[in-house]
Amino acid sequence: MKRLGRPWLFGALALGLLILGALSLVAGKVWVPWSAWTSAGADPRWAIVFELRLPRTLLGMLVGAALGLSGAVLQGYTRNPLADPGVLGVSAMAALGAVLTLYYGVTDATPWLLPVAAIVGAALGVAALLLLAGATSSLVTFILAGAVLNVIASAGVSLALSLAPNPWAVNEIVDWLMGSLADRSVEELRLAAPFIALGCALLLTTGRALDALTLGEVGALSLGMSMSATRWTLAAGVGLAAGASVAVSGVIGFVGLVTPHLLRPLVGSRPGALLWPSALGGALIVLAADILVRLTPAAGEVKLGVAMAALGGPFFLGLLFMLRRRIA
Amino acid sequence: MSRLTCRSLAVVLGGRAVVDGVDLALDPGRVTAIVGANGAGKSTLLSCLAGLRTPAGGAVTLDGAPLSGMRPKARARRIAFLPQTPEIAWSVEVGTLVGLGRTPFLGALGPDAADHAAVDRAMAAAQVTAFQRRVVTTLSGGERARVLIARALAGDPEWLLADEPLTGLDPAHQLDVAALFRSLASAGTGVVVTLHDLSMALRLSHRVVVLADGRVLADDPPSVALTPDVLRRAYGIDARLTEGAGGPLIDVVRRAG
Repeated sequence: MKRLGRPWLFGALALGLLILGALSLVAGKVWVPWSAWTSAGADPRWAIVFELRLPRTLLGMLVGAALGLSGAVLQGYTRNPLADPGVLGVSAMAALGAVLTLYYGVTDATPWLLPVAAIVGAALGVAALLLLAGATSSLVTFILAGAVLNVIASAGVSLALSLAPNPWAVNEIVDWLMGSLADRSVEELRLAAPFIALGCALLLTTGRALDALTLGEVGALSLGMSMSATRWTLAAGVGLAAGASVAVSGVIGFVGLVTPHLLRPLVGSRPGALLWPSALGGALIVLAADILVRLTPAAGEVKLGVAMAALGGPFFLGLLFMLRRRIA
Repeated sequence: MSRLTCRSLAVVLGGRAVVDGVDLALDPGRVTAIVGANGAGKSTLLSCLAGLRTPAGGAVTLDGAPLSGMRPKARARRIAFLPQTPEIAWSVEVGTLVGLGRTPFLGALGPDAADHAAVDRAMAAAQVTAFQRRVVTTLSGGERARVLIARALAGDPEWLLADEPLTGLDPAHQLDVAALFRSLASAGTGVVVTLHDLSMALRLSHRVVVLADGRVLADDPPSVALTPDVLRRAYGIDARLTEGAGGPLIDVVRRAG
């Protein structure tokens, strides 16, 4: 594919984000006329736009950016286009952390415990991943390590479900696990945004190390890069960004996988050049998917996580199909 | 003048002394070849000299300063390393890949005019300028080897350490790369290579270090170092130095009895 000039790429992504952001404020079961928008709270429909749709839109952008960026960094570090917080079990570990707080019912009294638990879970997941496979950085070891983490996390979640003290806890956990941005308030935005911002800021500093890793770990070392510093930044960054995302939206898979993959040819494959576009692209994809699920003609809303899995699953399969020779 | 030295260098891997008390003082402006049988410790020694591996004993110094105490970036600006099995993870363009050689020099704002100029010089020296817009995965083995050398040269290193740079190249490309290394040395760069091809070691290098079981068996100008006795002890072969049409070569007669 033809390589796009960076200003063009950024311009297109930002414009797309602007258009979809506006659409996201408009999209929903209720049509809000312009007069209500400018009523400054006098019209009850003002609240729909500014207290429901606006936080939802901003959260969608943040979550998408965090997942897209996490995916780009993980792919760059592992030199592996199949890496993604979901595939590598990081999201599942974050979900396990969050589910444990739901299970113990502590989230009503101390709401900040849920994102913190999710972040701790995600960071533990990345750390375990790097411990299990970091030294080899082989494709197969990473995917297997991710599979192990996924199994452990889902076993923990199943355990929490089967031992749940009451049906409401089960309901809450299941509902949350499916991944959605519906009914999120400014509160969730305030809870997650600082963590996501910090995580993304950390991840955006890894660009040069990821570029150097194009030459493999020995190559990066010989270029004066510190691999241990990169590993720490990566674990903290993905832990914060992906963990806080999972905390507010549940598990939304495949964004981290699909986004960098689609944008890579447009930036000439340099992993460092892929970071900002992946953040913007991830925001774009999650926002687009969230608008679509709001518009589906069904009694209840289709869960965003379910919709992304339905779209991302075949994509992953296609990617695997193209890469099967390299993996074998 | 830049000097790369190691004193009583020792590396232990899996309980075995892979490098065992090696003393070397390498001079810039020369090509030094490290030769020896498989497992003699050539690659391990070279990665120690590049500062990429911490030895169990002894130290590597650059102009008297130990590499272990040097900041990685400062070391990377002075010593370039070409690994034996180079990895290129992504389908980047040649120019981008060569540009990676400037990594230790980059400021916060990314490459500046000096960086671009250095990349252009490196590409010209390695004769890869013509295909700088091509994607590395589409190159032939010989082209890729030259691109990786250009990457190493992009940092204008005082030292170029290359682990078996001629392996996998056809004879014509081997001669090209050998000539490039000689010309780098004559311009003042210290070039250290590990080699399997003994005849190439004779023609390419100013000095040959023969390793056997992690120890230095001989360290002399090539025709002095590569004696039948040394070759028998290092490789277990009967071989002798002869004169071919293109220069001296090692005639391997048989496995030593």
